[in-house]
Amino acid sequence: MATKINKLLLILLMSMASIAGFASSGGHTVEEEDIDQESVFNPGEMIMHHIADSHEWHFFNTESMNATLPLPIIVYSAGKGLSVFSSARLTHHGVYNGYQIHHERIFAVDAAGNEDESIKVYDFSITKNVASLIISAILLIVVFTTVAKGYVKNKGKAPSGVQSFFEPIVGYVRDEIAVKMIGPRYERFMPYLLTIFFFVWFNNLLGLMPGGANLTGNIAVTLMLAITTFIITTISGNGYYWKHVLWTPGVPLPLRIIILPIEIIGLITKPFSLMIRLFANITAGHIIILSFIGLIFIFKSLFLVAPLSVAFGLFMTFLELFVALIQAFVFTLLTAMYFGSAVEEHAHADHDHGH
Amino acid sequence: MLNSILLDGLALAGAGIGAGVAALAAGLGIGRIGSSAVESIARQPSESGKIQTAMLIAAALIEGVALFGVVVCLLIALA
Repeated sequence: MATKINKLLLILLMSMASIAGFASSGGHTVEEEDIDQESVFNPGEMIMHHIADSHEWHFFNTESMNATLPLPIIVYSAGKGLSVFSSARLTHHGVYNGYQIHHERIFAVDAAGNEDESIKVYDFSITKNVASLIISAILLIVVFTTVAKGYVKNKGKAPSGVQSFFEPIVGYVRDEIAVKMIGPRYERFMPYLLTIFFFVWFNNLLGLMPGGANLTGNIAVTLMLAITTFIITTISGNGYYWKHVLWTPGVPLPLRIIILPIEIIGLITKPFSLMIRLFANITAGHIIILSFIGLIFIFKSLFLVAPLSVAFGLFMTFLELFVALIQAFVFTLLTAMYFGSAVEEHAHADHDHGH
Repeated sequence: MLNSILLDGLALAGAGIGAGVAALAAGLGIGRIGSSAVESIARQPSESGKIQTAMLIAAALIEGVALFGVVVCLLIALA
């Protein structure tokens, strides 16, 4: 059973890598044509192209083929209603169904081929990041239903297969993060903490894979994670937590005028810093690796700069493997800390000042 | 024309200097945390787990502030 699942995981990874081979039909992208025209290497553009979201999943180009996976575009506008089509129809500045795309922005065009600004276009496309999110969701569901089944099957026995890899990590999150930071009432937060830990970790690692999307380096994704943490903190906050925020005990009355806004801003800055930390760490890591690779093309030197760049790039990639875990850990740890301050009982509530 | 080029250049220089100062300050801060943590672990090896957690929390908070600085610099450089 476990070896079967292991094989399945391997096949999934392999098939993700081999999609590139099948998807050789796509045309040249807009950015490529721009570069062709200027025939200079623009490192900033290359880096932004790699870390930004996109309407197609671009892998690599060679002389003969262009490995791009077209993704479905779903747009809605008041006149035409909902339309669904492949992003391959919009390459080469193509117009399809009255829509055109330029620099990842879809807009409506009129009969003469000019942008029609009166029509508001709502873009719900399955972009590269959304596709990556779906893949990681499937991966997480497959891995953790296996682990959960193994836990039921091997009850009272030693863990086996994938379960023996993940069980210590789950135990670590429970013992070192949840119990220590939240205290005796940790149990109802465990599902969320585990979800956030493995979601962030898996997506950090998927982002480091060749051709992977930069999902946790997308500020919208980290914003949603931070907002979820904020909502759970807010609704699970007990009376003492709200008293601490709104009417801080032991503070003279004139000071409360200053303390109250600071406490309320503090509620917002906690999830805000969670959002920025994950986004900036992952994006910065990708930018540094891409910059090292970009140096080769800036200096156009294969034997002098390239080995050095690749060596530094490799070093940074290994560092990023570590950062992927650290950031998942830190996100979970701080989330647990905020939950802990929300459900803390009166007796030992005062050690958490200054966050 | 010249004026706008000068201003763009100054903005980029400011972004670069800002990112440098953010990195410097974060490096100093995290370096101090690391040195204190290593000293504490050397004194109390049995408590290394707790010390590491505390170290990571402090490092994450400092890093968060430094990354605010980096993001502002990035916005200046890209805008």
